[in-house]
Amino acid sequence: MSERINSAWSPSSRELERARARKGISRRQALIAAVSSIIVIGTLLTIVVTSPGWEIVKKTFFDIGYGREVFPTVIAGLWINLQLTFIGGACIGVIALGLALMRTTKSPALTPFRFLATAYVDIFRGAPLILIILLVGFGVPALRLTGISSNVIFLGTVAVVLTYSAYVAEVIRSGILSIHPSQRAAARSLGLTSGQTMRYVVLPQAIRRVVPPLLNDFVSLLKDTGLVSILGVTDAVRAAQINASRTFNYTPYVVAAILFLLITIPMTRYTDRAIRQRTSAQNAEGAI
Amino acid sequence: MQHVLELSHIRKSFGKELVLNDLSLSVQEHTATVLIGASGSGKSTLLRCINLLESIDDGQIFLDGVEISDPLINVDEVRRKLGMVFQSFNLFPHKTVLENITLAPMKVQSKSKEEAIESATKLLKRFDLADKADEYPDRLSGGQQQRVAIIRSLAINPRLLLLDEITSALDPVLVNEVLSIVRDLKSDGMTMVLATHEMGFATQVADEVCFLESGNILERGSAQEVLHSPKNPKTQEFLKRVHQAGRL
Repeated sequence: MSERINSAWSPSSRELERARARKGISRRQALIAAVSSIIVIGTLLTIVVTSPGWEIVKKTFFDIGYGREVFPTVIAGLWINLQLTFIGGACIGVIALGLALMRTTKSPALTPFRFLATAYVDIFRGAPLILIILLVGFGVPALRLTGISSNVIFLGTVAVVLTYSAYVAEVIRSGILSIHPSQRAAARSLGLTSGQTMRYVVLPQAIRRVVPPLLNDFVSLLKDTGLVSILGVTDAVRAAQINASRTFNYTPYVVAAILFLLITIPMTRYTDRAIRQRTSAQNAEGAI
Repeated sequence: MQHVLELSHIRKSFGKELVLNDLSLSVQEHTATVLIGASGSGKSTLLRCINLLESIDDGQIFLDGVEISDPLINVDEVRRKLGMVFQSFNLFPHKTVLENITLAPMKVQSKSKEEAIESATKLLKRFDLADKADEYPDRLSGGQQQRVAIIRSLAINPRLLLLDEITSALDPVLVNEVLSIVRDLKSDGMTMVLATHEMGFATQVADEVCFLESGNILERGSAQEVLHSPKNPKTQEFLKRVHQAGRL
């Protein structure tokens, strides 16, 4: 349908004039952006650097030599955070999917599970993570149950998994509910059972739709694993804290923060891109 | 001759709105029954009730002599015998054309993958879509999507095919490629119930035309009788309006 571009075409004088004007406009806009950035960032830097306490802050927060010294212990701690994130993330995925399916089922046999899943989500989504960590971390060992580990890393992970499963379950459930009923009607009219319809038609579309918010939760999960440090797990935050309290120099905190950012910024950039692609794909899909 | 489908005194309401009112209809094997009527006359609801996507408030539905409006019946088994094609195609966007077609034969009829692909490919070839087998639905034109949807419903070898205004979402140029499939199926002897606004097409395929108005069949008969010399004043009025809209 599309005709081949005529190779003999050369822009008209009017088009050349417009191109010149467009170039002028974009050059002026770039200049304005540069000047305003210099003014804003320069002002902020000047305020910080000329503040009366700057010299002390520089010594206690940005001591490069000390930062280098504590770097190995902090990065060893970060390894714990990463392990927690990936092992916990896998558990969260499985539990959350189960919760989401229980909450969306209409099967009468599963009514008690639907009720329990709703209660679970209400409780763990509503209570602050740090309280859950404290309750699980100190409460479970106090029960003195045999066979249950009182390892703080294990208990911390359990607490994080309990809370995040509730969040992620709601994300997946919203994805399931976002699939248009006509998809279900089409699948059922082919003779697929409601279970098969969920498995082959609804869930694959739902999960694809919620990948961006799930990635978002994954970034939060990595950061929140830092909270298990209150149980005494030597993660990146705890390692920084130990060093800082020994010397009263807070550079280790900055080191830990930078290390977290080095992981989370690429992840959030990737998430943003995934969201953008998802949006444009949906627009192309039109009615569906 | 045994009726494939028999509806007796069907009643269906959504809240206070009565959509089907004491409607009876029987469909013989190898015939095409065309439902016409204004939007909201109950055509789509009737098809959805036959497919058990909606439950009826009163009356009985029989498929090959078995009452399928019995609440104890296995609805999945009933639907395996019925093919349904929707106005908005409803293809599965995350599956390719071939996967859309083979899903039900594999999961519902437990056919092997090879077997399902073989018969799907045969159908795709027959309806000139073989080169689209590995495309995703959103890469196809509306007409192609609807043809795939028809093939998908044929893949389970239905006893009866229900077509719900299958050309209403298509532009006039694409309508014909979809309708020619239906003509093909008709000459193969497929039993069909279809709701349509295409009166010319209705004339070509219908063994019986039923005019629906406020949930009941006001007039029925051959296409010649109902579409060209209607007796009921309401049918005359409806056809006059269709004629004015240039759709006859």
